[in-house]
Amino acid sequence: MVELSHDTRPIIGQGPPLGAAFIALALLSIALMVADHRYQQLDRVRGWLGAAAYPVQRAIDLPFRAWDWLTGSFADRSRLRRENLELSTRLRLANLQLQRFAALEDENRRLRDMRENTAGVAERVLVASILNVDLDPFRHRVLLDKGARDGVFKGQAVLDGEGIFGQVWRVGELTSEVILISDAEHAIPVASNRSGIRSIAVGTGDSERLSLPFVTAEADLKTEDLLISTGLGGVFPPGYPVARITRVERAASATFAIVEARPTARLALDREVLLVWFKEEPQADPSPATADAGQDAEPATARAAGEAAQ
Amino acid sequence: MRRGVLSSRLGYWGSIAAGLVLAIVPLPDWLDPVRPDLALLAVIYWILAAPRMAGLGSAWLAGLGLDVLKGIVLGQHALGFLVVAFLTHRLQLRMRMFPLLHQAIVVMLLLGIYHFLIFWTDGLTGHGYTNASQWLPVLSGGLLWPLIVALGDTLARRSR
Repeated sequence: MVELSHDTRPIIGQGPPLGAAFIALALLSIALMVADHRYQQLDRVRGWLGAAAYPVQRAIDLPFRAWDWLTGSFADRSRLRRENLELSTRLRLANLQLQRFAALEDENRRLRDMRENTAGVAERVLVASILNVDLDPFRHRVLLDKGARDGVFKGQAVLDGEGIFGQVWRVGELTSEVILISDAEHAIPVASNRSGIRSIAVGTGDSERLSLPFVTAEADLKTEDLLISTGLGGVFPPGYPVARITRVERAASATFAIVEARPTARLALDREVLLVWFKEEPQADPSPATADAGQDAEPATARAAGEAAQ
Repeated sequence: MRRGVLSSRLGYWGSIAAGLVLAIVPLPDWLDPVRPDLALLAVIYWILAAPRMAGLGSAWLAGLGLDVLKGIVLGQHALGFLVVAFLTHRLQLRMRMFPLLHQAIVVMLLLGIYHFLIFWTDGLTGHGYTNASQWLPVLSGGLLWPLIVALGDTLARRSR
């Protein structure tokens, strides 16, 4: 049983009556929710509140980072040698490929210049660390240690070494929240690299699985097909790997096939990701007055586009 | 007397801060959905232990802190905390007399109301999801209640 307070002065007659305080604060919370959700009035306030929360988040992150650092710095020699060897082999292979890509990129740029279209060339990247902070077990969202101060904007594409990771959905002063492509509220326009079939890959809430709900049964998709971003919607740069198809099921009676894919980015394992600024397509921005791409960034827009495509 | 008031005030805000920090400390994936709402449990405990000190305003602020740390929409957890704090204030004279098991059941009821409010406001703002395991914190919070009372009472007695 909870012990009684030592303070035995009467409860009644102190401060405003309970009911009045309750109603006032309840109305205040509802007003806050409406202002935040409906009118997006509080973005700036949230940014600053987020900055206030930053020391807490950093403090929680610190021991985990220190542990990583410790295990890293006391790694034994043989492991370091092995890692070094592995990395240099990979680097050599990558360089080899890069030589080829450099020529291809030049050629590509020339061709694009001819078409006067410079879409999808990454201008600038920034490495950001994922803070070791749990946001919500049922949503795939992570916190990055870069915010508005570093030029991060809402709707910015986030990549890792293997593919598309997600997009920024809220920017604070010092941190930003990223929604992963596997979040159940996220959708990304993709195309099969092999056949060029376009579709929408929707998150499922499982970091190993995306679903493509708008693929007709006749569509030319096979397992192991690589899905790349199309750049439609103007959020993600085109041509980056998103996922690899793991399952295609066609029922004779159904209009749509059941297609599932596994993200190429290591969504659950990444500790560092890349924030990308890419040159926007000239036609992507219909009204030059709206500088921030906040409206385009809403993942729901992509989903709406998918529903329209049905 | 004076010192006692100060130390229980410290204990109050300290336990809420600890609860907020523990709400975002990384846990293993299997444990994460079970994570109890420690900040809310601290608020309930303090309303029962020191109803004059633990008012609605501070509970609301604690909820707002949780909103800033992990909320989708500002004000959502604040409303949840407020409702639970209000109900606890209304029930506190009775709840203090309940045996511990009975008390834990009432706490689970309060946690259930809280999670329903979060679930409902999530749905209203278009971020809703349905997952049976989102109700697990209600259970874990109820199971943890006796521990929290034991811990709180021990610390409170020492500070006096």
